[in-house]
Amino acid sequence: MVTDGNNLSDEYLVEIEGLHFAYGGRVVLKGINLRARRGQVVAIMGASGGGKTTLLRLIGGQLKPTAGRVRVAGKLVNELKRRDLYRLRRRMGMLFQFGALFTDMSVFDNVAFQLREHTDLPADMIRDLVLMKLNAVGLRGAAHLMPAELSGGMARRAALARAIALDPELMMYDEPFTGLDPISLGVAGNLIRKLTDTLGMTSLVVTHDVKESFAICDYVYIMANGVIAAEGRPEDIDKSDLPFVRQFVRGEIDGPVPFHLPAPDYAQALGLEQPHV
Amino acid sequence: MFNAVYRSIGGVGRRVREGVWTLGYAARFFVAVLLRSGDLLRRPGLVLRELYYVGVLSVIIILVSSLFVGMVLGLQGYETLKIYGSDSALGVLVALSLTRELGPVVAALLFASRAGTAITAEVGLMKTTEQLSAMEMMAVDPVARVVAPRFWAGVISMPLLAAMFSAAGIFGGYLVGVVLIGLDDGTFWSQMQAAVEWHHDVLNGIIKSAVFGVAVSVIALFEGFDAQPTAEGVALATTRTVVVSSLAILGLDFVLTAFMFKG
Amino acid sequence: MQRGILDFWVGLFVIGGIAALLFLAIKVSTINTISTANSYEVTADFDNIGGLKVRAPVKSAGVVVGRVAKISFDNNNFEAKVALRLDKRYQFPADTSASILTSGLLGEQYVALQPGGDTKNLANGSRIQITQSAVVLENLISQFIYNKAQDKGTSHATSP
Repeated sequence: MVTDGNNLSDEYLVEIEGLHFAYGGRVVLKGINLRARRGQVVAIMGASGGGKTTLLRLIGGQLKPTAGRVRVAGKLVNELKRRDLYRLRRRMGMLFQFGALFTDMSVFDNVAFQLREHTDLPADMIRDLVLMKLNAVGLRGAAHLMPAELSGGMARRAALARAIALDPELMMYDEPFTGLDPISLGVAGNLIRKLTDTLGMTSLVVTHDVKESFAICDYVYIMANGVIAAEGRPEDIDKSDLPFVRQFVRGEIDGPVPFHLPAPDYAQALGLEQPHV
Repeated sequence: MFNAVYRSIGGVGRRVREGVWTLGYAARFFVAVLLRSGDLLRRPGLVLRELYYVGVLSVIIILVSSLFVGMVLGLQGYETLKIYGSDSALGVLVALSLTRELGPVVAALLFASRAGTAITAEVGLMKTTEQLSAMEMMAVDPVARVVAPRFWAGVISMPLLAAMFSAAGIFGGYLVGVVLIGLDDGTFWSQMQAAVEWHHDVLNGIIKSAVFGVAVSVIALFEGFDAQPTAEGVALATTRTVVVSSLAILGLDFVLTAFMFKG
Repeated sequence: MQRGILDFWVGLFVIGGIAALLFLAIKVSTINTISTANSYEVTADFDNIGGLKVRAPVKSAGVVVGRVAKISFDNNNFEAKVALRLDKRYQFPADTSASILTSGLLGEQYVALQPGGDTKNLANGSRIQITQSAVVLENLISQFIYNKAQDKGTSHATSP
């Protein structure tokens, strides 16, 4: 892979090379290589607990990698000083799995939060901007509600409006499809695609929902055991012969990823058989 | 046998290591809070809002408790002083007990269990629901935006609450001593005024309460910020806030008293 | 919550706290510290100061005129050296005498000043010449018992 900088940085907003990460002694990521082209929706897929959310936190600079490099918009995230990291984060948006709306503020104040913290815009302009963002996610009517009064899907859309308040270049979505009913599911997928195209953002979608993400994304990375197991355009991945990818994409129960976690012999554990001495 | 001894000594060692680590982490947290408080000068509204939740909402429990403490002091003090025929010194007894010790200490203990737990639970829940993470990703420092305003609100509230506690307690003693038992009104106040000194007794008590305010606020915020992001973790952190701040208040009280009243 | 209501309650809270402080300052306590600028210091030597403490009041005719500033032991004449800080408003003749008295039977001890008739006044650093030590209860009681025993002894001797 060519690492010579500038041209690549222009084409790719996010570049990750040889990324390792461990929580204490537990190694989660073992050398991830990943790039996200500007203006595309890139899906990062893999089984639950496979370190996908960790990857997003590393990109956002909330965690420091044990080895490797994370580059966003040409800047090395893992070596930035606090002040520069915070400046870079203004160009990123992140949608958390359950929205993470501020529970002590109304939906309106949640969306206005970044505008009030980072800009000196007059109140009426903030109001217009907030209503625009809420309109984009279809929640203009919920501006005055408190987060506790929203359904799960609505809370996530409100959080999305909050995340795009400053028109970020990079949007990260952490499991945006989990726990949504079929209608909300379609709405969420459409929204990600539409926002990416209309606002010229680059989107990273971490998910294990194959059908929804394949419908909207331009490029797919499949993670397994802390490394990238496969990558390519959705249609190529779909046709892949790799056993793990097949199992993951088709949702087969047993395959390279066994249904059972490693455990002693079943009959033995139930006491039906004496252990072999 | 040897193994058991080895293990238990190792356990003590591990506890000490973890304790020292936590203490160092808390100290760094404290310094970070102080360093990142600068923004509050531009936005005093943030502290004002927390003053409401931390201070105003603690007033009722402080006033009611202190009134009772003062009345009990009045009754008990009268019973004892009567034996020596010096029941005229009741006001002195009540006022000195409250301004020097009970005011700052009991107010701080109540503050820890009323406002401290609320702070820990709130910050812990914000962490659990990823609100702090979300704030960080929106390029807003949670220490400056969430922790610092609550810290300063606690530090400002505590001396005011302690002063209210002492004042209302003395009033409680007055109710029992003068209104109920019928001691002389003038003697009660004049003896008190002659024996209680502003600088030595009252001001030292206020200084104590300010120190307690710093301790309780830092402990409550640290526990919330450091809580395991689960329901159980937040519950545990809330309990720890009460236990650790109570111990800190009593320990600090001893140290401060030794310095202030040694003469 | 509405901003105005919040401001109102916080304002009320702060006013209440300051009112409590004022109450403690005005009604409960007195500001007793005599500043060095408005006072002068004199010393007095006592054979025995009993339970006298630093900051105990100095009274004359029952009015507080100063405070005990320092108590030390003088190794030259084996007496207690007591420094008294007196309010400048009150001037005493140079031959004023000092005695340590107790308020009530078991109350706190204080220094009483009994003015003399000298035309010159005590100044900063002066020494009070005439002093009367604290009455120690034990001495008083043993004296009393001793006297009683003596009375009995003499009556026995003369009665037959």
